[in-house]
Amino acid sequence: MEVVEKKNKNKQYKPILDGIPDWPVYQLSKNRKEFIEEVAQKTFAHIKKNRPSPKQIIDEIQATVYREQQRMKRNRWRVDPADEPKFWSTIKNEVVTLSTKPPEESEAKADEILYRIVFRYANEIAGNFRATSYRLTREIIKFWFARLLNGARVKKFGAFFRNRYSLRDKIHIVGKVGQLRKLAKEGTIVMVPTHFSNLDSILIGWIIHSLGLPAFIYGAGLNLFNIKIFAYFMNSLGAYKVDRRKKNAPYLETLKFYSMLAVQKGAHSIFFPGGTRSRSGRLEKQLKLGLLSSTIEAQRNLYMETPVGEPVRKIFIVPVTLNYHFVLEAPDLIDDYLSSKGQDRYLPEQDKYGSWQLLQFLFKFFTKGSNISVSIGPGLDIIGNHVNDAGNSLDAHGRIIDTRDYFISNGTVTADKQREDEYTRMLSQKIVSEYYRINRVFASHLVAFVAFELWQKKHPNLDLFGLLRLPEEDQEIKYEEFRAACKRVRKEIYRLKAENKIYHATHLKGKIDLVIRHGLDNVGIFHLKRPLLIDKDGNIITKDFSTLYYYHNRLVGYDLEKFV
Amino acid sequence: MTLKSLSENDKPIGVIGAGNFGSVIANLLARQRNVLLYARNATVVENILSKRENRGYKMHERITPTNNLSAIAEQCDIIFPIVPSAHFRSMMKELSPYLHPYHLLIHGTKGFDVMLPDGQTIDTMANLNRSMVKTMSEVIIEESVVARVGCLAGPNLARELAEGHPAATVIASHFNEVINVGKRLLRSDHFQVYGNNDLVGVELAGVLKNVIAIAAGALSGMGYGENAKGLLISRGMVEMVYLGRALGGNTKAFLGIAGIGDLATTCNSSLSRNFNVGFRLAQGETLENILASTDEIAEGINTVQIAKKCADYYKVRAPITSTLYHVLFEEMTVKRALEHLMRYPLNVDIDFLTE
Repeated sequence: MEVVEKKNKNKQYKPILDGIPDWPVYQLSKNRKEFIEEVAQKTFAHIKKNRPSPKQIIDEIQATVYREQQRMKRNRWRVDPADEPKFWSTIKNEVVTLSTKPPEESEAKADEILYRIVFRYANEIAGNFRATSYRLTREIIKFWFARLLNGARVKKFGAFFRNRYSLRDKIHIVGKVGQLRKLAKEGTIVMVPTHFSNLDSILIGWIIHSLGLPAFIYGAGLNLFNIKIFAYFMNSLGAYKVDRRKKNAPYLETLKFYSMLAVQKGAHSIFFPGGTRSRSGRLEKQLKLGLLSSTIEAQRNLYMETPVGEPVRKIFIVPVTLNYHFVLEAPDLIDDYLSSKGQDRYLPEQDKYGSWQLLQFLFKFFTKGSNISVSIGPGLDIIGNHVNDAGNSLDAHGRIIDTRDYFISNGTVTADKQREDEYTRMLSQKIVSEYYRINRVFASHLVAFVAFELWQKKHPNLDLFGLLRLPEEDQEIKYEEFRAACKRVRKEIYRLKAENKIYHATHLKGKIDLVIRHGLDNVGIFHLKRPLLIDKDGNIITKDFSTLYYYHNRLVGYDLEKFV
Repeated sequence: MTLKSLSENDKPIGVIGAGNFGSVIANLLARQRNVLLYARNATVVENILSKRENRGYKMHERITPTNNLSAIAEQCDIIFPIVPSAHFRSMMKELSPYLHPYHLLIHGTKGFDVMLPDGQTIDTMANLNRSMVKTMSEVIIEESVVARVGCLAGPNLARELAEGHPAATVIASHFNEVINVGKRLLRSDHFQVYGNNDLVGVELAGVLKNVIAIAAGALSGMGYGENAKGLLISRGMVEMVYLGRALGGNTKAFLGIAGIGDLATTCNSSLSRNFNVGFRLAQGETLENILASTDEIAEGINTVQIAKKCADYYKVRAPITSTLYHVLFEEMTVKRALEHLMRYPLNVDIDFLTE
C-alpha cells in the first residue's frame, strides 16, 4: 500500500548548458596546471603574511615535517603517493642545514621549501574532472539504477530491461528547482545540504545531474579514494580530495584556498556545512564556519578585483534538506551520540554495518516502497538575504539591495576579517533557519516523534537514559491514544506549514489511520530491529528504543512536544 | 590608513533626534566632523539655525539641522539614531527605504520596543516574552538592511557631558569596525570610549538600570541615606543580571561601564529623569502629575512595566522591579513598597558568578 506523491513533481529537466566544455568545472580542469599554481601562490603569500619572521616559517615547516613523518609511520594508505617518504626526508634534511647558513640565504631557502610543500599539497588536493569519464559514469549509474528498479518491481519476465520506472519515482525533488536552475546561469552556486547518511553525496550528485545542472565540485574524504572504483567515480564527478589525517596549517590553508578560488572562478560547489553526519538525527543547528567564511571571502575578492561599475559574478547559497524514511547508519550514529552524551550511563550494543549491508540496503530500497525526498531551498546571497530569480538580493520588504555594500567602508570595498566572521555567523544562522523551514515531514517522522514523546510523557521522572532502559512490558502504547496524539501533532504541523515554517510530504494528508500505517511501514524500514511496530493486539511497540529516538529527533525544534 | 581615509571622506555624520542626549552627542561629534542633525519638529530646526541653540545647549557651528530624514541617509554613512524607544520603530520604518548595507548605525536609546498581537496593549498582556520585546539594535536589524549596528551606553548625563566633565562611554557592537569608528569619532581628552562585543548585554544593562534609578529616586525622596542606597544598588545589580540573562545578555556586560557604571551614576543624580520620577513619587505626587509636567520621556516607566512582565514570563525573581510596578501602576505607596521589600526573603549575596 503506497500513498502516491503528486506526479508533477517528477518532471524531466533539460541541461542548462549544452556542452560539457561550457561547464565551469571543465574549464577549471582544463587549466588545471595554472589553477594549482595560483592556489599554491596565494596560499604561500597568505602563510607568509601571518608569519612575518623567518623563524616562524621555519618552525611551521618543522612542525609540518614532524607531523607528516608521524602520519606516514602510523597510518599510511594505499592512495598515498610512493615518493612521499623521500619528499619529506629531503625537506627534513634541508631544514636542518638552514641553521648553518647566513640569515638572508636561509630565509630565501625556507620560503622555497614552504612553497614546495604547499605546491605539493595543492597537487594532492586538486580534482581531476574528465568529460569522457563523467559521461561514462553517468550512463553506468543511470543504466544500473534503472535495471535494479525495473527488475525488482515489474514482476514479469524480461522486466529487467524495461524502463517503466526511473529513479525519479523513488526520489522526489521539491522546492525552488526553477530558481536554482536560473541562478546557476546567473552566478555560482554553493549548495549546502544537511548531512544524515553516507548516501548523501551520491544522492546529491544524481540530483544535480537530473536537474540539468553542470557537475558541482565537492571535497570528498581521501579514504574513499582508497577503493579504486570509487576513485574513478569521484574523479569523474569533479571531487577534490580532503585528507582528514593532515591537520597541519599549510595543508589546511591550501585546502581552504583551493575551495575558495574554485568558487571564485565560478565552479559550482557542494559543502556539507554540518561537517559530519548528524549523530542525533536532528537537523543541524551548529554549522562549521570555515567553508562558509571562505565563501564570503571569495565573494568579497570578486568585488575587490572587479572595477566599480562592471558586473560581478555573484555567489548564491542554496540550502537543501534530504528527507529519508530510513538512514542506513542510524543505529551506529545514535550510539555514537548517546555514548558521547551519556558517558558511562549508556552502553551501546555492538552491531556494525559493512558493505554487504549497503548492497542489501540498495536492493531493498529499490524493491520496497521507501522513498526519499529532497527539498531545494531558496537561493541566498552570502549574507543570507533571499535573492530573486535574476540573482538580485532582496530585503525583507522586497527591495533590491547591492551585496557589495556590505563590504564597503568609507566608500570602498575593504577586507575586514572580523566583519566577515560576523557575516559568517549571520549566514550560518540563516542557513539553519532555512533547514527548519524547508524540512519535509514524512509520516515516519511523525509516528516516531509521537511514540517517543508519549513514552517520555508516561515516565516524566526518567531522563533519556532511563527511558532507553525501560523494561519491555512498559513499552506499549494503546493505538487509540497514539492515534489521537498523531492527529494533534499533525494539525500543528499543518498550522506551521500555513505559516511557512515547515513542509510536509503529500502522503501526510488524508485519513490518519492510513498515514499512521504508512509511517509504521516505513520508519527505519530496513533495520534488523524495527524502531516501531504494531503488535497483534493492534498496539504500538518498539524493538529498538535508541533508533526510535533517532528518528524522533528529526522533528525536534518545532515545539511540537506540547501537542503530544 | 584610517586617519587618512577619514579626512578624504568628509561626508557628514548623521544624528537623528534633537533631544537632550542627541544634541549633546551632535556637539561631541561636531568637534571633528560636520554633523547633520535631524529634528522631527520644524521649529527646533529653525531655532538651531537662527539662535544656534537647542534645549539650553549651545549648538556647534558645524551642525546643520534638518527636517528631512531621507537626507540623513543619503548624505551620511555613519548615523547615530537617538530617539525615544516609543518612536524608534516608526522612525526606522521611515528611514529604512533610504538605508543601504554600507551604513553604520550606532544608537543611543535606552529602552525597549514592544510589538504585540493585534488589539492588545501592554496593559492587557499578562506577560511578555522576547518575541515581543526587542532592543533597539534588533529593531534596526528587523526594519532595515543595515548589518553593522552598535549602541552607545554608559553614564552619560547630558548636562555634564555638555560642560565637558570627564566621562566615559561604551560602544557595543558585534563588529570591531563599528566600535573603532565610534571611538575615533567620540574620543577626546575628557571623554573616554570603551568597546564591548556583547551588544545585547550592553543594551539590556542600559535599559534595565533605569528601573533601579527610579527606585533610587524614591529612596532619596523618602529622605533615606547612603546605607539604603548601597543596599539598593547592589541588590538592583543582582536583579539586572538575572533579568538580563533571561533576556539574552551575558553577566559581564553588567559589570562594565554600561552596567554598574551607569547604575551608580543614575542612582546618585538628580539630573537623571528616571531618578526624578522616583523622587517625586516618594514625595507623594501621582504618576499622572509627574508625566504631565515633563516634556521628555523617562524611559524607566515603560521599562518597569515591560521588565516586570518579562520577569513573570521567564520566572525570574525580580522583587525591586515588581514592587516598583505596583507603585507605578497599582497605587501602592512608596512607603508600603519599602516595607514589602525589606521583608522579602533573600538569602545569598552573589550567586551569578559561577563560571
